[in-house]
Amino acid sequence: MRPAARLVSLAALVATIVPPVLYFYGHMDLDATKAWMLVATIAWFVATPIWMDR
Amino acid sequence: MADDTRVPTTEPVDEYEREPVPERAWLGFTSFVGQYAGEHTAGTELMIGPLFIASGVSAVDVVGGLFVGNLLAVLSWIFLTAPIAVRARMTLYFQLEKICGRRLVTAYNLANGIMFCFLAGAMVTVNATAAGVWFHFAMPGLNDLYPNSPGWVVAVLVMGTLITIVAAYGYKVVARIANIAAPWMVLVFVAYGIVGARQLGIDSIGEFWTKAQELIWTGGAPLAGRAKFTFWHVMFFAWFCNMAMHIGMADLSVFRYARKSWYAVGTAAGMYLGHFIAWLAASILYAQQLHAMPGNTDVLPGPLAYNSTGVAGLICVIVAGWTTANPTIYRAGLAFQAIAPSSSRYRVTLITGAIATLAGMFPAIAMKLLDFVALYGLVLMPMGAVIFVDFWLAKRLGFRDRYAERTGVGINWAAGLTWALTLAGCLAVVKMGGLEIYFVGLPGWFAAATLYVVLSRWIQRKEART
Repeated sequence: MRPAARLVSLAALVATIVPPVLYFYGHMDLDATKAWMLVATIAWFVATPIWMDR
Repeated sequence: MADDTRVPTTEPVDEYEREPVPERAWLGFTSFVGQYAGEHTAGTELMIGPLFIASGVSAVDVVGGLFVGNLLAVLSWIFLTAPIAVRARMTLYFQLEKICGRRLVTAYNLANGIMFCFLAGAMVTVNATAAGVWFHFAMPGLNDLYPNSPGWVVAVLVMGTLITIVAAYGYKVVARIANIAAPWMVLVFVAYGIVGARQLGIDSIGEFWTKAQELIWTGGAPLAGRAKFTFWHVMFFAWFCNMAMHIGMADLSVFRYARKSWYAVGTAAGMYLGHFIAWLAASILYAQQLHAMPGNTDVLPGPLAYNSTGVAGLICVIVAGWTTANPTIYRAGLAFQAIAPSSSRYRVTLITGAIATLAGMFPAIAMKLLDFVALYGLVLMPMGAVIFVDFWLAKRLGFRDRYAERTGVGINWAAGLTWALTLAGCLAVVKMGGLEIYFVGLPGWFAAATLYVVLSRWIQRKEART
């Protein structure tokens, strides 16, 4: 469970920062960027408490 | 900062309050990297970055000033705070009590608690701007001093009440959320800058610096009511915004757990993530707002974040504000409780939170955050000079260290007068001499150190003769 949660957390961090970078270079629009960041945020706060600080 | 205005987001350390930290409790280097990185990415960073833009700073001055100022802050922790912390391994308060006496430490606690309350108030203000995005009430402008709408008052009241109740009853939960949120928060702050830059029309790294000088940090005239900022303003602000913690020695309480004094290098994580990247990113958001709506000079972290990164950005504002206001209120409560030890910690925290909430209704503190943070450091700085001189120089300069402990006095007047005279002198120079508050801290430290030596020698000699 914990290794899987760690993977999800890592993916969430990537999904937090990659959409703004894609938006910066014109490969994603702003609404999609915001939506991906929200999904990543939810994933981070669901997965990370499972393995961090326990 | 908090702040900024630096404020811990981890659980306040309240063990070994009256004894040196034993070796079994010492911590490794990474503990300090994580703690400082989290602490210095606070909600108030979203106020400070825009206020640099409002002060008409140029790109070279802001980047250079932040780089050098943050380096000086890190060096202050490394060479001033940590060496004493790992040798004495005592809290600031216990060390001060040995030098200054119980009654003087009580006065110090009162000053510290009041400043913490106002700082927490600014954090509540930041959080309330996030509520404004959803509920569309009128929010304060850049130069507003008083609450300007019933909706604003209600938002601050609700946010402040929630934060206070949690600080009193659920502290550990929020401390854990703070630790969990830290890596994500840092990335969202970076995202603010990236998205803001693109919204300004910058679409390649190569042209960033050129366009940054034209569109972001233009070095033009400051906005109405703001002082013009130069390299020196930025550098001294970055160095001294945490003055209470390094030069003022408050972080003796943190680094007494460090195995080695060089672990203070870990403060660089907080300085360069929070006080460099986060401030620059927040200022990009504000520049974008001024570019899109030239008449809109409001510094409102909620709308700024929402317009760039949507709900995720807004959640970041709330989490960053909440997780830093929480320990600030808690620590203010601890400072007040030290004055009245018999009072319940919960009741003191609730009262402290109520004061912070009331302060948060007045946007003057948040909108003048640069000045407030400078004042906060200045108020606590003289006692840092007293500790430094007492620890390293007292015996060499011919007076007794830890005077209160050795003599049992309630007030070491050499320390008390050093504090009062230094502060009065610095504020007089600011008010009557026209020198800005950012510049008095450095000469003030030397003045405090000199005063403490002269007064200690004079008072101790006088007592030896009688």
